[in-house]
Amino acid sequence: MSAYTLPRHLGLLVLGALAVLATSYLLEPYRLFQAATVAAFLCATAGLTILTGLSGQLSLGHGALMAVGAYSLALSQRALAERGLTGGGALPISLLVAVLVTTALGAVIGVAAARIRGPYLAGVTLTVAIAVPALTVTFSGVFNGEQGLAVPLAPPPAVLGPYFPYERWQLWLAAAVTLLALLLLTNLVQSRYGRLLRAVRDDEVAAGLAGLPVAGIRVLAFVVSAAAAGLGGALLALLTQNVSPGAFSLALSLSLLTAVVVGGLGRLAGAAWGALLLVALPELTHSLAEALPLTPALAHRMEGNLPLAIFGLTLVLVVIVAPGGVQGHLSRLAHAAWTRLPHRAAPPTT
Amino acid sequence: MDRFLFLTLDGLSRGAVYAAFALALVLIWRAARAVNFAQGAMAAATAYVGYGVAAATGSYWIGFLTAIAAGLLLGAAVERIVMRHVGHASPLSPVIVALGLVLVIQAALGIVYGNEFRPAPTPLSRSAVTIGGLRLLSPYDLFVFGAVGVVVVALAWIFARTAVGLRMRAAAFAPDVARLLGVRVGGMLTLGWALASAVGALAAMLIVPTELGLHPNAMDLVFVSAFTSAVVGGLESPPGAVVGGLAVGLALSYVGGYVGSDVTPLAVLTLLLAVLLIRPGGLFATTTARQV
Amino acid sequence: MTAEELLTVRDLAAGYGAVPVLRDVDLTIHTGTIVAVVGANGAGKTTLLRTLCGMVPASAGQVVLAGADLRGVPVEEVVRRGMAHVPEGRGVIGELTVHENLRLGGLWRRDRADAARALDEVYQLFEPLARRRRWHGHQLSGGERQMLALGRALVARPRLLLLDEPSLGLAPRVITQIMALLRRLRDETGLTVLLVEQNVHGALSVADEAVVMSLGRIVVRAPAARLRDDESLRHHYLGF
Repeated sequence: MSAYTLPRHLGLLVLGALAVLATSYLLEPYRLFQAATVAAFLCATAGLTILTGLSGQLSLGHGALMAVGAYSLALSQRALAERGLTGGGALPISLLVAVLVTTALGAVIGVAAARIRGPYLAGVTLTVAIAVPALTVTFSGVFNGEQGLAVPLAPPPAVLGPYFPYERWQLWLAAAVTLLALLLLTNLVQSRYGRLLRAVRDDEVAAGLAGLPVAGIRVLAFVVSAAAAGLGGALLALLTQNVSPGAFSLALSLSLLTAVVVGGLGRLAGAAWGALLLVALPELTHSLAEALPLTPALAHRMEGNLPLAIFGLTLVLVVIVAPGGVQGHLSRLAHAAWTRLPHRAAPPTT
Repeated sequence: MDRFLFLTLDGLSRGAVYAAFALALVLIWRAARAVNFAQGAMAAATAYVGYGVAAATGSYWIGFLTAIAAGLLLGAAVERIVMRHVGHASPLSPVIVALGLVLVIQAALGIVYGNEFRPAPTPLSRSAVTIGGLRLLSPYDLFVFGAVGVVVVALAWIFARTAVGLRMRAAAFAPDVARLLGVRVGGMLTLGWALASAVGALAAMLIVPTELGLHPNAMDLVFVSAFTSAVVGGLESPPGAVVGGLAVGLALSYVGGYVGSDVTPLAVLTLLLAVLLIRPGGLFATTTARQV
Repeated sequence: MTAEELLTVRDLAAGYGAVPVLRDVDLTIHTGTIVAVVGANGAGKTTLLRTLCGMVPASAGQVVLAGADLRGVPVEEVVRRGMAHVPEGRGVIGELTVHENLRLGGLWRRDRADAARALDEVYQLFEPLARRRRWHGHQLSGGERQMLALGRALVARPRLLLLDEPSLGLAPRVITQIMALLRRLRDETGLTVLLVEQNVHGALSVADEAVVMSLGRIVVRAPAARLRDDESLRHHYLGF
C-alpha cells in the first residue's frame, strides 16, 4: 500500500472523530442513540459490502452473525459482571470476545462457502439466518429463549462529570469502535489484498491459473466480513442493552442486503448510506404512522412492517433500474461534474 | 418400533410436501435458470388467501382451490411484472430481486393480517388411525399423499405428453431455436412460473395446518427444507426432487423425533452443507459434479 | 413466365449494437428458386438470414414476404408467415427426442391433421430419422442432425426456407444428398430456398441464382451457372 494512503486514512479518521464529537453535543439524546445505531449497522454493512461486492459471495446470513456477536458480548459482560468486573475495562474484553467468536464462526462458514457459489451459497446462508436464531430456543438455558438477555454496561467514566448523558457516551463508544474498524477495512480494500479479492471475484479460473490461493482469499473475505458483522452486533447489544432473537430475524439479514445494494455493492461509502437508511426508514415510518389516523393495532403493524416493505421494493427497483446503487450514481455524477470543470483533469476512480 | 413407524410415516407425509415444493423450484430452475427464493413467501400469501376465502364461504375446499388459483395468478404476475425486467448483468440479480419480493410480501402480509399466528384448521382428522396397536396414517396424511401424488403425476404428464409441455421444455432448453419454431417463449416462461407457484400454493395449504399456524414467515423453514431437497436430488432432476423431498422429510422427522424438534433448522443446515460439499450435483447427478 | 416474387428486400441495414454489418441490401427472390449466398467470412451472410427472420433487428430498410411487411414482426411469428430458418449449428435440441424435435416444428399450426401428415412425409423423406424416432438429439451424428433440423423446418410447410451453412461439418457424400434433396423439394413442391454457404462449389451446383456478399453489401447477383462458368467473374469475386 502506498505511503500516501495511510496518512490520508488517518486524516479522514481524525476528521470523522471530530465530526462525531461536534455532532454529539448538538443532538438530543434520542438522536444520539440513533446515530450510535447507525454506527453499529455501519460495521455490519461495511463487512457485507466487502463480501458481496468485492468478493462476489452473497450472504443472507449476516443478521445471524450480528446475533452471534451480540449474544457473545452479552454473555461476556454478564460473566464478567458476575465476577465483579464491571468497570470500563470489561467492555474491550467483551468486544474482543464477540469479534473472536464471530471470526471463528465466519471461518467455519467461509471454509464451507469457499466451494459453494451463487444461489447455492445464498441458500446456505439463508438457512444459517433461520437456524441461528432457533438456537436461542434450543439452548434456552444459556440464551433464555425468546425473552433474551439483559446486557450490563458500565456508566460513563466519572471524569466526564456526573451529568454526562448516557447516550452521548454510547455514541462515543460506538463511533470510536466503528471508525477504527472502518480504518482497518478501508486499508484492506485499497491494499493488494483488495485487488486479489476483485481478481478472484471477476475471474476465478484465471486467478487460480495465475497462482492465487483462490479458496483462501474467499475464506478470508468471509472471516473479515463476519468479524465486522459480529462487531456491529456487539455494538447493537451495547446500545439497546438487550439481546433477543426477535431483533436478529431473517428480515434483518435481508435488510442488510438491501442496505448494501442500495448503497452500491463493494463501496464502503455506500455502506454508510445503507446504514443510514436502516435507521432512518423505521424512524420515518414511525412519524408517518403517528401522523395518519390509524387504529393502534394497525399503526403497530405498519411500524413493524412498512420499513421492510419499502426495503423490499427498493431492493427490487435498484436491481432493475440502477444496478450500481446510490453510491454508484453519486460517483458517476461527481465524476461527470468534476470533468466539466475547465481546469481539472478527471480524478482516478476507486 | 411404534415410534419409529410413526416417525417414518410422519416424515414421509411432510416429505411429500417438500417433494412438491422442491418440484416447483426445479420447474423454475429448468425454465429460467434461477432459484425462486420468493417461492416460500408467495406460497404463504396464497395460503392466507385460501384461508380467508375458506372463512368467508364456510368451505375449506373452496378456499383450498382458491389458494391454488391464486398461486397461478401470483406466479404469472411475478414473472410478467418483475422477473422479466431483471437484467442478467449479474447471476445474483434474480436472487436479490426475489429476496426483495420476500420482504415486500411478508411485510404486506404483516400489515394486512398482523404478525400473530392464525389458526389453520382442516376438515380432515389429523389423528392417526390405529390398527393392531400401531399408529398408522391419519386421514389428513392420506389426503397429503393423494394431493402430492396427483400433482407429481399431472406435472409429469403435462411435460412429457402434451404439446404445451413440449413447448415449455423447448423454451427452457433452447429459447432461440424454439422461437424460430414458432414457440412463444415469453408466454411459456410465464406459464412455468404460474404452474410452479400453484404447486407452491398447494404445498403451503397442505403443510400450514400441521405447523403452529398461518404466519408471514410460516414457509421459511419449508423453503430451505425444499431447497435442500432439490439440491439433494439435483436441481435439474424432477424425479430427484421427489426422492430428495421424501429423504429430507424422513431425515428431519427422525432428527426431530430422536434428538429434539428444536434442532430441526440446524439439521437442515447440516444436511444442505453435507450435500453441497460432498456431492454438489445431487444424488442423481449423471455428469460429474459441476461447479457449484 | 416469371414466377411471383416471394421475398423482396429493399435497402436493408442491420448491425449488432453500434457496429453496422449489413448495408443497403436489395434482394428479390422468386418462388421455386434456390438462391445461394456466398462470400468471405464476416461478409454478413449469417447476419442477413438472422435479420430476415427478425433475430437481429433491422436498423433500416424493408422486408416483404408474400406481400406482407415483416418489419416489427417478432421472431416467433415469422414461421407462421411461411419463413423457416435453420440456423448455423442446426439448433437440434439435444435433450428432446427426434420425434419431439420434429413435432415441435409443427406445433404452431392450427391444422393438426395436416401437421401430422407433414410429419409423416418428413419421416418418409428421411428414413434414418424414422428408424431413430426415440433417440435423443445429442445421440445423433452430424448428418442425422442436419436431416433432423431440415426435417423440422419442413414440418412447418414453409414457403421460404433459410439455411445457414447446412454442409458445415458434413461428409461430402452427405452434402451431395442434402443438395439433391433441396433440388427435389424445389421441383416437387415449389419450395424456395435461400442458402448461405461457405462451400461455394456445392452451393453453386444446386442453386439457380447466386448472390455474392462482401463487407455487408451485395456485390454480385447472377444466375449460378454464369458464376460457375465465367472464370473471370469467379476469380474476381470468389477467388478461384
